[in-house]
Amino acid sequence: MTSVPTSHVLLLAGTLFAIGLVGLLVRRNVVFMLVSIEVMLNAAGLAFVAAGSHWGQADGQVMFIFVLAMAAAEVSVGLALVLRLHQRFRTVDADAARELGGEGVASPAYGAVAADGGDE
Amino acid sequence: MNVMFYVAAVVAVACTVRVVTHVNGVHALLYFVVSLFAVATIFYLIGAPFVAALELIVYAGAIMVLFIFVVMLLNRGPQSVAQERSWLNPRAWVGPTALSLVLAVEVGILLFAGDLELETQTRVAPKEVGITLLGPYLLAVEIASMLLLAGLVGAYHLGREGGREGGREGAHREPGAGR
Amino acid sequence: MLRLAWLLPALPFAGFVALALLGRRLPRATATAVGVGSVGLAFAVAVAIGAAWLAAPPAGGAYVQHLWRWFDVAGFAPDVALFVDPLALVMCGVVTGVGFLIHVYATEYMRDEPGYARFFASMNLFVGSMLTLVLADDLLLLYLGWEGVGLCSYLLIGFWYRDAANGRAARKAFVVTRVGDTAFAIALFLIVRELGTLEIDEVLVRAAAQWPAGGTLAILVAALLLAGAAGKSAQAPLQVWLPDAMAGPTPVSALIHAATMVTAGVYLIARMNVLFALAPPVMTAVMIVGAATLLLGAFSALAQRDLKRVLAYSTISQIGYMFLALGVGAWSAAVFHLMTHAFFKALLFLGAGAVLLATHHEGDVLKLGGLRRRLPVTFWTFVIGGAALAGVPLVTAGFFSKDAILWEAWSRGGPVPWAVGLLGAFLTALYVSRVILLTFFGEQKHAAEPERGLRIQLPLVALAALSIGGGWVHGGFDRFLAGDAHGGEALFEVVAAVISLAGVGVAWLAWRRGLWARPDGALQRFWRSGWGFDAVYHTLFVRPYVWFARANARDVFDRGADAIAGLARGGNRLLVASQDGRVRTYVAGLALGAVVLLAIGVIFARPEPAGAETATEVRP
Repeated sequence: MTSVPTSHVLLLAGTLFAIGLVGLLVRRNVVFMLVSIEVMLNAAGLAFVAAGSHWGQADGQVMFIFVLAMAAAEVSVGLALVLRLHQRFRTVDADAARELGGEGVASPAYGAVAADGGDE
Repeated sequence: MNVMFYVAAVVAVACTVRVVTHVNGVHALLYFVVSLFAVATIFYLIGAPFVAALELIVYAGAIMVLFIFVVMLLNRGPQSVAQERSWLNPRAWVGPTALSLVLAVEVGILLFAGDLELETQTRVAPKEVGITLLGPYLLAVEIASMLLLAGLVGAYHLGREGGREGGREGAHREPGAGR
Repeated sequence: MLRLAWLLPALPFAGFVALALLGRRLPRATATAVGVGSVGLAFAVAVAIGAAWLAAPPAGGAYVQHLWRWFDVAGFAPDVALFVDPLALVMCGVVTGVGFLIHVYATEYMRDEPGYARFFASMNLFVGSMLTLVLADDLLLLYLGWEGVGLCSYLLIGFWYRDAANGRAARKAFVVTRVGDTAFAIALFLIVRELGTLEIDEVLVRAAAQWPAGGTLAILVAALLLAGAAGKSAQAPLQVWLPDAMAGPTPVSALIHAATMVTAGVYLIARMNVLFALAPPVMTAVMIVGAATLLLGAFSALAQRDLKRVLAYSTISQIGYMFLALGVGAWSAAVFHLMTHAFFKALLFLGAGAVLLATHHEGDVLKLGGLRRRLPVTFWTFVIGGAALAGVPLVTAGFFSKDAILWEAWSRGGPVPWAVGLLGAFLTALYVSRVILLTFFGEQKHAAEPERGLRIQLPLVALAALSIGGGWVHGGFDRFLAGDAHGGEALFEVVAAVISLAGVGVAWLAWRRGLWARPDGALQRFWRSGWGFDAVYHTLFVRPYVWFARANARDVFDRGADAIAGLARGGNRLLVASQDGRVRTYVAGLALGAVVLLAIGVIFARPEPAGAETATEVRP
């Protein structure tokens, strides 16, 4: 019915995915990282649907529905974790939550933990 | 038709770029909603109306609302904007952008290496989707429902105010914090 | 009765096993009962066997008890068998009797030690090994006991192992005696190769039959045995370990490093005397070693300041006497002196231990003095022991045994060995009088607690009685051991008596004039260091060896192992760096991996359009 080349749709999906990846790597704010993941999931879904349409099969759309379900579950748990993180460290900085510093690495999280522990 | 696709595609890419670069959380999310609209349009154009509707209802409707709630809960106004800005210094962009560019170029090369230049898209009706979903994919649907249930329980548990386990995450490293 | 011989080593070994396995859990009283009781029972068995022997000696003058076959390899099949003859009986009596008294003494001496059960376990193991050594019918079994006593010596010198110096002393003793042991082992190999057996009687018979007197092989074997004996008995030039062995508890010094183990070399040569008789040059060497050690030890003892070190050098010197006697072929005189020496030297060590107990381990004789009123029993018994060591005539055992050696040295070896022995006797009297005078006479310079109880005094008194009475059995002893009795010339006895009394007199005069407390001269320092042997060995052997070991520690193979370790460490560091806890780093890793995988796909899709191929395949 349309004359959109499937490869162009897939290229769009790839571009969106790459932008999402950039966001995921650049952002330190956990909320934005989750948003970036959503972008990437959305791009993957787009690729599924495009492929499904290309072959005229329903499976692509079915897969998109699963991706959607997965994204919903992930977002609900992820955001709950973000709230918890914020409650604990008073920040949404993903790097603040690292405690696997290894030897000799002065972990900024440690001080935060200690201060927080003092408050409790 | 073709033109609509390209316009939607440009809008989607532009909005997504803004999502990733914007320092204000609410604005970024609004850009993301626009981007989702654009993608929904593309869905419609390539013959998947059911999915287009789902994209709007579930993504733009439900998930984004969730995000906005959280952003507003955590938002500290200009202070957080300034913090975002300080985190987004130009040097932080170089590596990820390069990496993603390489990835995108590779995907493009793989796409155009084959002859996927098909002009036709078949329209797949919601009925067909429903039959497939509850036919061969029934088991996957059950698994997805379980996943959603787990997400529900997990979110409730983690988000509960004063929940001990959630609140104590990572506290074991703290000296003197006996369990 | 003789059938009970197996009980002699078995009882102490049983005590050792019980104490070693259960020692920590046993109450102290039980540990005492096991540790002392096993040796006491062994002593009772030894007495019973001795009495049975005297009542009715078995035919052939020896009794062999075959216990079991040890192993059987290519025709070489040593038995585990016990050989009882007068020599072995004398040794058993000394080991168990003196050992029992020292064990009793040790229950008080070691009263407050945390390692009480460990101490008695080692002591029992020692007595068992020593009895194995003296009763062995086979040189291989003898060697087992020989190494066993060496092990116990090591364990007991290093008993207070928390002090590194004691550990060093123990190692030194072990390594130095090991030099002799290696020679001994080589001698055993030679004997097995040449004579095909290690059973002592058989070896002696075959050696006498096959080896001509003065033959190379006989000389070689005898020389190697002499080296082994010299190592164990602290004879020159392997005497350096014994003074340092005084790091162990005093009962150990008394039992192992005075009365029994160090005389194992004497026993070995006495036991193999037929073989030595085949090698006259080695006999001469034995005599020279004995004479040299006798003087070397005596001079060193003269200059020592530590009570126990005086006694240690005295032991070296006295065993030198025994070697002298062995060298002139008077092995029964040597064994007689071995016995009396065991009595009075154990007595002297136990007396020194009593002094150390009273003065909280102040062993420097120049800081002691006037202890005779404070410690009367110790004083009198120590004087008796000292008199026996000095060879005070008529009343002491030491006089008879030393006189026997001097007489034999004259009659068999000529004037030179006799003169050396006489000089040694003078020096002996001198140094022992010096120690007694400095420790017990004069004014008291060091605080001293009163004497401990009966368990200290009883062994002292018993050994004092033996030190006096042990000499009167001389004639009977010779008959028992060798089947004939030698009477000394009266003139020689008078000379020896005068010499030893002269030594005492000179010591007293020097003490009156305060000569003993004078600052050291160079000669005294030289003597105190044991004639500088330690320094020479240190430069000659220890330093080059340590240097070589250090140089060798970083050889090629080591580097290989080090490389593996380094690889693991580097890998660890790399992985630790990768796990920095930042989620974004992990994501970047994932992305990089995806890029690389896709790149591989791109590169391999390029030459032929793989994607197109797949597409045409799938296309309906």
